[in-house]
Amino acid sequence: MKHLFACLVLLSAMVATPVVYAKEAATMAADPVLEKRVMAMAYELRCLVCQNQSLGGSQSEFAIDLRDEIRQQMAQGKSDKQVTDFMVERYGDFILFKPPVKSTTLALWIGPFALLVIGALVLFIHLKRRKRTLNTTPLSDEEHKRAEALLDNK
Amino acid sequence: MTRNLKYLLPLAVFGVLVWFLGQGLYLNPREVPSPLVNKPAPVFSVADLHRPELQFASEQMKGKVWILNVWASWCRACRDEHPLFVELGRKGIVPIVGLNYKDQRGDALEWLRALGDPYVASAYDVDGRVGMDYGVYGVPETYVIDKQGIIRYKHTGPVTAQSLQTRVLTLVKELQG
Repeated sequence: MKHLFACLVLLSAMVATPVVYAKEAATMAADPVLEKRVMAMAYELRCLVCQNQSLGGSQSEFAIDLRDEIRQQMAQGKSDKQVTDFMVERYGDFILFKPPVKSTTLALWIGPFALLVIGALVLFIHLKRRKRTLNTTPLSDEEHKRAEALLDNK
Repeated sequence: MTRNLKYLLPLAVFGVLVWFLGQGLYLNPREVPSPLVNKPAPVFSVADLHRPELQFASEQMKGKVWILNVWASWCRACRDEHPLFVELGRKGIVPIVGLNYKDQRGDALEWLRALGDPYVASAYDVDGRVGMDYGVYGVPETYVIDKQGIIRYKHTGPVTAQSLQTRVLTLVKELQG
């Protein structure tokens, strides 16, 4: 009986604790689907105050404010694009972790692939040239003998 | 000869890379180009800091070149730049409007009393709504807005005597024509 009572106390404590946490945590949308959308977007946006964190991962006041803003706008039925545009209008492309393809960011997007192609070309040409030199200089008789001797020794 | 040069190529590429990285060290990562420069300044109307019953509307400033200074009493760097604005306000070259950002009214008023009030008007942005429209992400921030209501310059962080003189005031004079 005593054990059962202790268990009940413990159990109620475990159940009650999350409720306390829920009060302390930042505001959340009641609708879990909406909240998921909000956080998905928040992780795609940079926190300008703490630049190596996303709006989703930061607890700075700036990030909390902007998360609330995203939540509010989404609750009003705005699309992801409308909310992103709102942010870019105010904070610039810099707030996006994934920069848009533009004339100024073209080097960023194409650069790695261009380097890959150049690297492949250089390698290809180099190998081709090497093959040619290997083919055009066959071993002399003396070299053949030396090679054979080395192989026999083994 | 050409053989030797070929071996120097990686070193040259490395040198260029080091130069770029070195330049990067001198950039300020906090300085984010504002998309609002050369765009119309967001129009706002909020309570006046000194007289809560009155409203300050940004349209009151239309037709004038003016400076919008975003500050808060909890902001340490604002205290550093404030004497410069007090001095500028005394000269009366250009009207400065203060936007008190996410602050307590009492604290803000006390702060102005202690350090001087250079503002022709003080707007009270209690929830940071106006700040959000202006893309404020750190106080202090300073905007130069022209006669047509277009933002011509934005300075993030505290202004220095030098940046105020070379960037802000030069621009103000140019815009005042």
